[in-house]
Amino acid sequence: MQEAKETSVKISVEGLNAWFNTNQVLKDISMDIAEKRITAIIGPSGCGKSTFVRCLNRMHEVVPKARVTGRVLLDGEDIYSADVDPVDIRRRVGMVFQKPNPFPTMSVYDNVAAGLRLMGVRDRARLDRVVKKSLEMSALWDEVKGELNKSGASLSGGQQQRLCIARALAVEPEVILMDEPCSALDPIATAKIEDLIAELKKDYTVIIVTHNMQQAARVSDYTAFFFLGELIEYEATRELFESPADKRTEDYITGRFG
Amino acid sequence: MRKRFSPDTMFEFAVGAVAFTGVILLAVLLLGELVLGAMPSIKTFGVGFLFETTWDPVFEKFGALAFIYGTLLSSFLAMLIGVPLSLGIAIYLAEVASSNVRTLISPVIELMAAIPSVIIGLWGIFVFAPFMRDYIATPLAKYLGFLPFFSGPAFGLSFLTAGFILAFMIIPIVSSITREALLAVPVLQKEGALALGATRWEMIVMTVLPYSRAAIFGAVIIGLGRAIGETMAVTMVIGNTPQLAASLLAPGYSMAAVIANEFTEATGDLYLSALIEIGLILFIISILVNASSRLLVWRYFEVRDSK
Repeated sequence: MQEAKETSVKISVEGLNAWFNTNQVLKDISMDIAEKRITAIIGPSGCGKSTFVRCLNRMHEVVPKARVTGRVLLDGEDIYSADVDPVDIRRRVGMVFQKPNPFPTMSVYDNVAAGLRLMGVRDRARLDRVVKKSLEMSALWDEVKGELNKSGASLSGGQQQRLCIARALAVEPEVILMDEPCSALDPIATAKIEDLIAELKKDYTVIIVTHNMQQAARVSDYTAFFFLGELIEYEATRELFESPADKRTEDYITGRFG
Repeated sequence: MRKRFSPDTMFEFAVGAVAFTGVILLAVLLLGELVLGAMPSIKTFGVGFLFETTWDPVFEKFGALAFIYGTLLSSFLAMLIGVPLSLGIAIYLAEVASSNVRTLISPVIELMAAIPSVIIGLWGIFVFAPFMRDYIATPLAKYLGFLPFFSGPAFGLSFLTAGFILAFMIIPIVSSITREALLAVPVLQKEGALALGATRWEMIVMTVLPYSRAAIFGAVIIGLGRAIGETMAVTMVIGNTPQLAASLLAPGYSMAAVIANEFTEATGDLYLSALIEIGLILFIISILVNASSRLLVWRYFEVRDSK
């Protein structure tokens, strides 16, 4: 298993196990995630890839009867240690979900500003600045700049997902988790989001879950293959797709199952 | 091509007839009867009936204002007290309590709705009204008596007592509808807020309540409808005195209460007709409350979510 060499480690996962009730969905996962790189998590449905990223911002425990053991070091500090507030972790590790989930009662502007307002920012000029910057980064500004007061739910699906990305960016997280961000989108909207993800790695560590292997190959620097709750193979994306070391990885990427 | 009397046509006709029976019953029989019965009173007192506080069966001088005032005031107080409590209960049950606690407590609260209102009224007279007088109304009058709505002598049977009793009566329905609405908020919405670094409370304020606002508003209106129409319990605790008192600690009267109390002893035709006209006003107020709230929901409260 090759580790991220040419860049520093942002997140280090050590012996991570996760359960829903008595059903263990992650088994002893250990991996290092490179800073300011894009790491893709692939694998068939039910392999634990979504659960894995949800353990990285302590969202897994939000589900009733869900449990986690092991360590997740963010810049060397264990996010599961007793004195850490999950709310602080979630501000540092942002998340974009499978389906776009803008707050339907809020305007486009308020959706993007929501995180900052949670942090107590009231200064209008600063909010204006951050909203514009976040929407520009998510490549949505030109499409919505005239209608910032429209409901966030009135946008198209692809626009909504970029709005959700802008919302996550606005709080300036260090890491962005994307849980199949394009699964509800058409190919054109998907292409836009993929371009955007490539842009993001200049400033952010991105971890993207995808069931789409072409997408992983297109956007990511590193790829991890999960199967039945285990990390099977974790390599530089090119190597993993061109010369997989494990038979199961090869079967999956050549489409023999999954 | 469809045959003229296909089973579908007959089915449509049958269910249509049933549905329209409801409309006809409501419009013609109820409203018509009320208007007819109220006619002598409408002719004698005209619009002035709505603005007159005197209610004097001996001299046959009748006005509805004191009753309208009593109904609206006690219902308003019920909302003021009952809605925040209901919201608190619903938020606790939907977002805070474990599912075990929820399944234990939810049915108990809903059972409160099954208590006959006369029982609540009796409890109001013997337990709650004395408690109100000694521990709430008297201190309020003593320390906040300079405010007009806490002025004057403190009675046990009063607008405020009626407001509290009505609040207890609307809590089961308002809190259970609200709870269901909160439980129906998509997990994705809640997680969206949490992922931004919201605390549980911030998540509720930011997305859960706004997302379910239409249903919550609907629940409040159903509660208001109950409060406006509630008869027995109010009759027993409001004091049955037709007056326009500014003080919430004074006794009053409500529309439903006066009809229930005086219908059997209304000897004169005009007396009976005045009571029926009060019934008509009550009916119209209830319809207006419902219709306007529906309009409000359509116009302003409905949440259009992403597809």
